[in-house]
Amino acid sequence: MPVAASAIYFLNLRGDVLINRLYRDDVGGNMVDAFRMHIMQTKELGTCPVRQIGGCSFLYMRISNVYIVIVVSSNANVACAFKFVVEAVALFKSYFGGAFDEDAIRNNFVLIYELLDEIMDFGYPQNLSPEILKLYITQEGVRSPFSSKPVDKPVPNATLQVTGAVGWRREGLAYKKNEVFLDIVESVNLLMSSKGSVLRCDVTGKILMKCFLSGMPDLKLGLNDKIGLEKESQLKSRPSKSGKTIELDDVTFHQCVNLTRFNSEKTVSFVPPDGEFELMKYRITEGVNLPFRVLPTIKELGRTRMEVNVKVKSVFGAKMFALGVVVKVPVPKQTAKTNFQVTSGRAKYNAAIDCLVWKIRKFPGQTESTMSAEVELISTMVEKKSWTRPPIQMEFQVPMFTASGLRVRFLKVWEKSGYNTVEWVRYITKAGSYEIRC
Amino acid sequence: MSGHDSKYFSTTKKGEIPELKDELNSQYKDKRKDAVKKVIAAMTVGKDVSSLFTDVVNCMQTENLELKKLVYLYLINYAKSQPDLAILAVNTFVKDSQDPNPLIRALAVRTMGCIRVDKITEYLCDPLQRCLKDDDPYVRKTASICVAKLYDINAELVEDRGFLDALKDLISDNNPMVVANAVAALAEIQENSSRPIFEITSNTLTKLLTALNECTEWGQVFILDALSKYKAADAREAENIVERVTPRLQHANCAVVLSAVKMILLQMELITSTDVVRNLCKKMAPPLVTLLSAEPEIQYVALRNINLIVQRRPTILAHEIKVFFCKYNDPIYVKMEKLEIMIKLASDRNIDQVLLEFKEYATEVDVDFVRKAVRAIGRCAIKLERAAERCISVLLELIKIKVNYVVQEAIIVIKDIFRRYPNTYESIIATLCESLDTLDEPEAKASMIWIIGEYAERIDNADELLESFLESFPEEPALVQLQLLTATVKLFLKKPTEGPQQMIQVVLNNATVETDNPDLRDRAYIYWRLLSTDPEAAKDVVLAEKPVISDDSNQLDPSLLDELLANIATLASVYHKPPDAFVTRVKTAVQRPDDEEYPDGSESGYSDTPANAVDSAAAPSSSSNVTHAATRQAAPAPPAPSAPVPDLLGDLIGLDGAIVPVDQPATPSGPPLPIVLPASTGQGLQICAQLTRRDGQIFYSMLFENNSQIPLDGFMIQFNKNTLGLAAAGPLQVPQLQPGASATTLLPMVSFQNISPGPPSTLLQVAVKNNQQPVWYFNDKISLQVFFAEDGRMERAHFLETWKSLPDSNEIAKDLQSVVINSVDVTIDRLAASNVFFIAKRRNMNQEVLYLSAKAPRGIPFLIELTGVVGIAGVKCAIKTPNPEMAPLFFEAMEALLN
Repeated sequence: MPVAASAIYFLNLRGDVLINRLYRDDVGGNMVDAFRMHIMQTKELGTCPVRQIGGCSFLYMRISNVYIVIVVSSNANVACAFKFVVEAVALFKSYFGGAFDEDAIRNNFVLIYELLDEIMDFGYPQNLSPEILKLYITQEGVRSPFSSKPVDKPVPNATLQVTGAVGWRREGLAYKKNEVFLDIVESVNLLMSSKGSVLRCDVTGKILMKCFLSGMPDLKLGLNDKIGLEKESQLKSRPSKSGKTIELDDVTFHQCVNLTRFNSEKTVSFVPPDGEFELMKYRITEGVNLPFRVLPTIKELGRTRMEVNVKVKSVFGAKMFALGVVVKVPVPKQTAKTNFQVTSGRAKYNAAIDCLVWKIRKFPGQTESTMSAEVELISTMVEKKSWTRPPIQMEFQVPMFTASGLRVRFLKVWEKSGYNTVEWVRYITKAGSYEIRC
Repeated sequence: MSGHDSKYFSTTKKGEIPELKDELNSQYKDKRKDAVKKVIAAMTVGKDVSSLFTDVVNCMQTENLELKKLVYLYLINYAKSQPDLAILAVNTFVKDSQDPNPLIRALAVRTMGCIRVDKITEYLCDPLQRCLKDDDPYVRKTASICVAKLYDINAELVEDRGFLDALKDLISDNNPMVVANAVAALAEIQENSSRPIFEITSNTLTKLLTALNECTEWGQVFILDALSKYKAADAREAENIVERVTPRLQHANCAVVLSAVKMILLQMELITSTDVVRNLCKKMAPPLVTLLSAEPEIQYVALRNINLIVQRRPTILAHEIKVFFCKYNDPIYVKMEKLEIMIKLASDRNIDQVLLEFKEYATEVDVDFVRKAVRAIGRCAIKLERAAERCISVLLELIKIKVNYVVQEAIIVIKDIFRRYPNTYESIIATLCESLDTLDEPEAKASMIWIIGEYAERIDNADELLESFLESFPEEPALVQLQLLTATVKLFLKKPTEGPQQMIQVVLNNATVETDNPDLRDRAYIYWRLLSTDPEAAKDVVLAEKPVISDDSNQLDPSLLDELLANIATLASVYHKPPDAFVTRVKTAVQRPDDEEYPDGSESGYSDTPANAVDSAAAPSSSSNVTHAATRQAAPAPPAPSAPVPDLLGDLIGLDGAIVPVDQPATPSGPPLPIVLPASTGQGLQICAQLTRRDGQIFYSMLFENNSQIPLDGFMIQFNKNTLGLAAAGPLQVPQLQPGASATTLLPMVSFQNISPGPPSTLLQVAVKNNQQPVWYFNDKISLQVFFAEDGRMERAHFLETWKSLPDSNEIAKDLQSVVINSVDVTIDRLAASNVFFIAKRRNMNQEVLYLSAKAPRGIPFLIELTGVVGIAGVKCAIKTPNPEMAPLFFEAMEALLN
């Protein structure tokens, strides 16, 4: 049964109810108490997001300072439930214009109730596209275009759009200048052993789009991925051009992309929602260009001193540069004094996270930089457990660089009125979880 | 668009409700709207605003859609508590359902369906009928769901009014969202009905697969889930279906992906071509891996499901083990699940890499995770013979770090490795013995003692080592005591010298005379008798060769696995339990799970949470093998009935063939018994049962009713371990039951047969089977009162003496709030009839104080003091007993007797 929820609660960190909505009759009204008593007030909190208490199951997620709790008593679809929460939060954010937290909820509770009534019926998720919902759920109820008074302007076909095949775009959009912005954002995830061998390395990328297009345009996106290129050359029966092609391990698409067509023709074609959205996500594990190499040496000199030496090498093109590079080197809790030498940037000891934090604002390609630090420790009498040495973590952004090598080959826009479109493409690579064990 | 609604939460304390009432009746629209918002705010924080019902409903007639929605929200919450007033809203609903604006029509139908008041339901039918045929798809899609709502309230009405047919027509609707909602509604109705209502034919299949391309992401989930019930006719059809479904694997919505995976896996069972299957496996791997980059909660759901998938199709992710390596910042629940999958995917090819990872994890901070990592190394050793040596060397390295819990965990797994590869790695025993002093956990201690006993002949100072444990024998937990007993006997048989001889005297004495634990005592007596009658026979028994163990822990039974795979993405797949095990579906609308049932339900819920389940499932296969190695090795456990519930099964295996056939008819008797297995759960078999006491003996009084279409015979019964160790004393005597027939029986019971460890609980888990149906499991309650012995009367002096002799810490009191004593004499008589005997009474002010006594099983006395006022609810019950841990059970019994 794809039921996702019998009831949904929003609680603050103290356990006060901010929002409660019962969708089905099969759970009691006082389920929050059970949640508070058996999960919030125990060590269970955070140990498992799905819990059975009594005859009911609780699925919960924490988002900023709010717990969203779903209660079910049947064999509900958990994947559906969690995804619903994620999407609902995105929807609320788009309505509130940013933050989703306790204050925002209290300030918009009427709107939230209205949305909750619309996006889920009897526990079944309905249309959650902000684009369409904003057509007829507005906070200014009085000025709603659907007031049943005949003097108002005629009811637009909102209901047809909610249920229509293109349930994410409304009709009749018009822009003076038709523009599309395409951002390819890649996160590099790396886990490197202390000996420098790559244990795990992959790139999760997403293509973010911002569309300001009139009418109902059909878009087609071409990338330099292997399968797409092969298929294309096969269709046009001419040999594929040489050059780097990328093998995508997996791709997932926004609901606007025609999956059947992708499956048969390997082309990404779609009618985009208006404004900003995530067109696709992909994952690549082969042939990843790591932007940085990190070579740490950490020596424990006796019980009270440590020597930390970290060398970071940038291995992307010399004309490019990385921004906001941060290297976090964990040190033991009993760190007392630190002494740094860096070839660029700044380093300091952050006691709150037990790390040496080395920041370099701008890091040019094909260069290297080092930090050496002396760490003095307070000697403790009882040192029962040896220090566990958490991994070094790194943050960075490299504009105009893709770790995967993925490139946009073309983006075609067709609309029956035949207007011209301006397309903008940007690339950026960020650190996902970039960890080096030491 | 940020609002400022928070002001509605701040209210004036004084006269809040009257103030709101005024505002609700204000002549100004805005003031009324604000007032309704305040009411909703109050409702949200849990204040009772039901007294404003009429005033709120008066605001319903409004042009303002926002206000209307707020009033509707109020109605959904309070209509049930004010059924008579709810009827006031009906007119507006009916009117709204004919509004020119489709949003209002839909809103009216949606809301009416949520108001579960019978009177309103009648009025719902006409609007619903209209809305199902509405021109606007938005109204139709809302009306489809409403049919499911109505079915939940009044199934008959839905069938009588032909809504089911209307719903089926909507499957062919031209709007994909209407189709999706209609499918969802029909699937739900089918699930709650015993008659075939929604059967997917190949015709509907084609229609739905086409609709799949056009619906919203959620609609795709509804359709895929409904289609997963479809059984393809042959391999070719299955291949066709799969081909239509595979594109869904690329969807960004994890629920769509998992539902598609479910569907593909089910159809794959039919596909015979190995090429196609291999190809599908290849296609499913990447989307599954991608789920691991979602939110941690979704990752957790994905991992629990992947755990199931790799058990059925290990090849799918065989090359992807790296993606399950734990990230340092993964939440603990994700790490634990990843570890579990890593063990499943570990192979000779990747074991070196995996071991490096495990070793890394074993130095992390979270203790539970570290333990699991250490245990994982041991499990790999048991699973992969060629890698065993490398695993052991990693374990030895870890022992050298000397972190206490790592050492203990390592010793526990090494014991299992010894069982798996006898006479191979014993050279490391010396290293293990070095850590002897640091062991403080029962399981680790027990494992070490087992190792010492098993290899006594190779350890020079085995007697000294064991002796060091003996000093604290009485204080040790039962697990350690049992191992000490067995190990000492082994030592004595292997080295029958003076030292061990003295030791065995001490141990046997301790384990027979000084202990309350029947397991320990019985085992000690058996050894004693063996040793005194025939030491050679003792050797044959105690030192016999043990069967080699394998790592089958955490492998699910194939039939259970099948069921769980058909439930991918649902709770069942997360709990790894069949849906019946945690869903109590009482669909007659009368019984609803309410607060009363809460406490005993929560107990089972607690111990069986997924994370724990993993550990508890792992434990029996390895540790119990060892614990009972000495007593049980020759006789393999009797096969249990094929059962979908793994934990219950685990316990059942431990019993010796108490499932017994049935041949004699039984005598009818008694007042109506509570239903323990409703016919809806038991495929037509209904069982009513209760524990009773008659003539000093305990019986399980049972009534079987066969409401199914077939005759049922061959009834057998089995009780799971329980606090008081209740078990059947003889065979269950139920004759063949023809359809429609019923039979009663009195099953004599014995107690203290299979006692479950842990705190006392009233939970009695029962399994009943017959030759035609699967095994039925149900829960009953143990009522302590049936154990009160007839000879429980105490002399006054003896009562006083006993009361004084017991320390105050043994006195426990509880207020029985619902109990009313109307007449002291009647109460005394009633209690005496249940073997709770009156001793004395006195008056204190206007309170009556009664002193009574009862004798629980094994002669445990209960001294009782009841204090209460005649005619007023609430009685304080104070008891003194040598076994205060039984108090909760006792209070429950008293409450039952006094009500």
